[in-house]
Order: sequence, then structure tokens, then C-alpha cells
Amino acid sequence: MARKESKKARKASATKEESPQRFNTLVVNGDKYRTLYTEKFKNRKKWVKPDQRKIYSDIPGTVLKLFVKEGQKVKEGDVMMILETMKMKNKIIFPIDGTVKKIYVSEEERIPKGHLMIELK
Amino acid sequence: MSLKRKILELQKKREKVLQGGGEKAIEKQVAMGKMTARERIITLLDENSFHEYDLFVEHEARDFDMDKKILHGDGVIIGTGTIYGAPICIYAQDFTVAGGSLGLMHARKITKIMDHAMKMRVPIIGINDSGGARIQEGVNSLAGYGEIFYRNTTASGVIPQISVILGPCAGGAVYSPALTDFVFVVDKISKMFITGPEVIKTVLGEEISMEDLGGARVHSEITGNAHFYSESEIECFDQIKKLITFIPWNNKQKARSFDVKEPLVDKYKIDDIVPGNPKEPYDVRDVIRGITDGSDFFEIQEMWARNIVIGFGRVHGDTIGFVCNQPLVLAGVLDVDSSDKAARFIRYCDAFQIPIVTLVDLPGYLPGVDQEHAGVIRHGAKILYAYSEATVPKITVILRKAYGGGYIAMNSRHLNADFVFAWPGAEIAVMGPEGAANIIFRKEIMGAKDPDKMRKQKVKEYKEKFANPYVAAAKGYVDSVIEPEETRKLLLHAIEVSKNKVDRKPIKKHGIPPF
Repeated sequence: MARKESKKARKASATKEESPQRFNTLVVNGDKYRTLYTEKFKNRKKWVKPDQRKIYSDIPGTVLKLFVKEGQKVKEGDVMMILETMKMKNKIIFPIDGTVKKIYVSEEERIPKGHLMIELK
Repeated sequence: MSLKRKILELQKKREKVLQGGGEKAIEKQVAMGKMTARERIITLLDENSFHEYDLFVEHEARDFDMDKKILHGDGVIIGTGTIYGAPICIYAQDFTVAGGSLGLMHARKITKIMDHAMKMRVPIIGINDSGGARIQEGVNSLAGYGEIFYRNTTASGVIPQISVILGPCAGGAVYSPALTDFVFVVDKISKMFITGPEVIKTVLGEEISMEDLGGARVHSEITGNAHFYSESEIECFDQIKKLITFIPWNNKQKARSFDVKEPLVDKYKIDDIVPGNPKEPYDVRDVIRGITDGSDFFEIQEMWARNIVIGFGRVHGDTIGFVCNQPLVLAGVLDVDSSDKAARFIRYCDAFQIPIVTLVDLPGYLPGVDQEHAGVIRHGAKILYAYSEATVPKITVILRKAYGGGYIAMNSRHLNADFVFAWPGAEIAVMGPEGAANIIFRKEIMGAKDPDKMRKQKVKEYKEKFANPYVAAAKGYVDSVIEPEETRKLLLHAIEVSKNKVDRKPIKKHGIPPF
């Protein structure tokens, strides 16, 4: 990880001593610039069109109870699970009608934010 | 009792309290690679200049057997002293006393020295090294934090406020540094976070070390919460001392003037630094050093949002705030972080009567879904707001390209810059030649037998016509097209003639910047 480089190494990397091949290309309005990338820029997430049938966690927490099974038909507003976060028991509800295609989590499982929990058909 | 005996008694009392948390606690502090609170103050301030107050303050907590506990100085040292002769108010939390935890009297001592700094109109330095709120004191400790935050906010823009993180600074405690002007961190010693690793682990199941969560490097490179990074406490104190030489004691005074030194022109040949091709990178700090006294440049937030460079330098002995696009990193674009970084610094300079010099070389704002969704509109607006609002002398030098919204944002004439100079290689245009030609001559290019050839020809035409400073100069948007070598001379002149600048804005309670 570049973050773990010593400060001196990092300073050197930002001066002219830099070997030319470390430079990258940045395109702004059709013009191509030779420049260095930052870590943040390198790690930026590519945008993907949200798919409503794939349900991700909005908050991290522990799955306390699951109310649905694979193959089950569900309606918008039905309770999917209880997700406990910061000592709060949150009811997670289905955003659309559909049939449960796959469940990616199990009870007692601790999941991070943005975790794929359930996929609908 | 004779006075002599009373003096002896005082000396004994003092001696006892000066031990802080006692030998064992001090040993622990040293084992963590840290200096004690008193050592820190003495090392930072001029020799023999520190005078301590409230040495004999005692806490009043009665619950949880606290009444049986003696906490010397209640875990914080306050006092006054000088740095290079400049008067300073200072407090340092003493981790050896109950982990530097903040109780009511501890907070009262801090707010007392803050009030003193405000009355005397001198800078306040806070050294943070505390386990957090003193749980036994309950809501009183929360009250203490709140009273500190309130004072930080009131003092903002009146006296310089400096925070030094030399230990843990967690939970609510982090908001005092966040409200102050400059935050100093030291590798492996500083730790700042709202929620610690333990809570994160129990609640969220994510395992992370204190260092990776909120260490010095994290705040210097990722979050931008810290302004100065160093590898030891001594290096950190040297940075603070240097900062103090650049800034005034308060908003009614000017920063101290120093002897004039010429830049090291052999090392920083200003004619040779910037490549002619606007797509080639260079380090803008070399240009700054080609301008400033003794080629000295004191960079702020050097590891965060490196596509913009901010910091202090002197021209003819006086402090100048520099805001410069950095073509070396991300081609010097403006984005969420760099706008944030520049805007805050511009407001700092404006509050403390420090003229701003802006060196421009940027292709515009950074394109991308991540930027748009991160709110580049409102963050980018901060820089426009800060420049437009500032009434200190504002001088712009366009070194090379200045395209589109980026041109406007970087202290253009249109945001009421006082002087706008441009080097002969400057390109002031809506966008780069390729992008512009592709749009303007789209039909010609598409309809041509050899579109690539036509495109090249049209790009060339556009470059010749518009990629120069003279179109803007013809409208008076650029005051003067200058040779790079003349830059220092003209900056000096511009600052000289701006000394009595008056720029009255309409009276209002305050504006509503896009925070």
C-alpha cells in the first residue's frame, strides 16, 4: 500500500525525480493530461445502475430474524428481516413486489453496510 | 507561622501537584513514546516564559467514590508564555492524571484560559491528550465540552486557534480541534475518532486498529482533518513555532514582517519550471519557491487533496497566503476535496489580513459520477464563495491553462480580484483546444473526407486563435501579460499598492456559505 510508504519516499514521489512511467493520463473535456493519480482517485468506485431487485443493506448490523424463504412471493412493504444496529431493532421491508430468488444472509450473521442481502425475481 | 514557613509550605504544595499523576503514570506516558504535558509546554514555548495558573484547582465530583480521589490540577495544565516573543495562551491535558479525562473543573480551566486569550487577543494553543469524558462526572463533563466548543466558535476568526493532538482525542473531544484553525498530528501518537475500534467491533463486527481508523496518517492523507503531520513531538513543536511566525496575534493586527531575502533563483529558475505544453506536469511549489523570500514555502495539508497547494510564504518580508493548482497531481483539477481545502484557507487568510496570491493552471473541475454524487456542486461553490467574500488583497497569476469554471473559480477578475496577471503561455478559454474544436467544428469534422486530419487542423486553428492570454487581455479581464521573471516584482508592487485597500460589502449578520 502506498499509504504505508515512509514520508520521505512519499515526498520524493511528488518531485521531479519521479520516473516518467509512473505518470498517468487524466482526460478532462477531451484533452489528455500527463499527471499523477491520488490514492483516492485510484480507489474511486465505478458507478453501476442500481437494480431494485437486488436489496443491499443501508446500515451495518446483525440479522436477528429472517421472515422470508427463497421462492416466496412478497409484496412491497412486507417485512423482510429484523436488522439490529446500535442496539436498535430495525424492520427491513421490501421496496417492490416480487419473488425471493436468493437469500445471501442468515440469522445471527453480522453484515456491513452495502451488503447484498436478498435478490428478487 | 512566619512568612518564610509559609513560603516553604507553598513550595511543598507546588512540588506535590507538579508531579501530576505520579511516577508510575509518568513512566507509562514515557513508555508510550510521549512527553509529559508540562514537558511539552516547556519545550514548545520560549525558555522560562511559561507561567502556570490554576495549579491548585480540585474537582468537585462526589459520586462513585470520586470524593476520595485527588486529581492534581484536575488533569490539565493552563498558562501563558511566549513563542519567539509572541504572547500565547496554552493548555495541555495531562494524561498521567486520570487519563487526562475531562471533568467539570478540567473544562473550567480550559475555558478560563480560552477566555483569557480572547480578552488579551492572543493565540490559543491546545494540546490534546485525553481518554475522553470523565464518566463519573456524567453530564457535567458533557457540559464542559460544550462550553469549549462554544468558545472555539466565538473565537474563530478573532484569535488564531491551534490544536495539537498528542495522544487519544476521541468522541466529542474531537470537535474542539475540528473547530480550530490548525490541527497538528504526530505519527503513532495522535489518534482521533468519533467512535473507537472497540465499539465498531461490537456493534458492526468490523475490526480495525486505532492507527488505521484515526491515526496521524489517516487524518493527514484521507480525511483532511489534520493540517500538519510530523514524525516526532519535537518536529511538531518546530512546525507550530514556524506557523506562529507567519500569522498575526489577532484579526486586528498584521503578521510580523521579517528581513527581505531574495529567492534562490539559481535553484528555482522561474523561466524553466513550467513546460510549454499545457498537458505536461510540473511541481507548482517550484514556482512558489521561485517567488518567495529565501525560497521558503510553509505548506499546509501537504498530503491531502494534493491537486491544490496551499500555504504561507513571504514576499519582501510580509506573509502571503498561496493558493495554487498543482498540475503534478490530477492535472491540478478542482474537485470536492481541493475546493474544500482551498476555500477554508482563503477564509483564514481573509480573517487574519493576509493577502492571497493565486497561481492558476488547471483544466477545470474533475469529471466523474463519484464527484457529482459527492456534491462537487456545493463543495466547488465554496471556493467561489470564499474568493468573492474575501476583502484582503487578492492577486492572481495565470501561469498556463485556465479553462472553464476552473478559470472563474480561481480568483478571476469576475470574482473581484484586485490584480490579474498572466504569463505569455497562458490559455484562457472555455475548455482545452481539443474538446472545444470537437464541439465547435463538429459538422466540419464529421463531414470531412478525413475527419482526423480535419480535427487536427481545427484544433490547431482554435489553439492559435484562443489558446493565449490576449483574448482575455483585450477585454481587460487580464490586467497585464507579464514575463515569468517579473512575477515577484509585480506581486510586491501589487501588495504595496493594496496596503490601504477598502472593499466594503453590504452590512449583514453573516452570509450563508455552502458549508
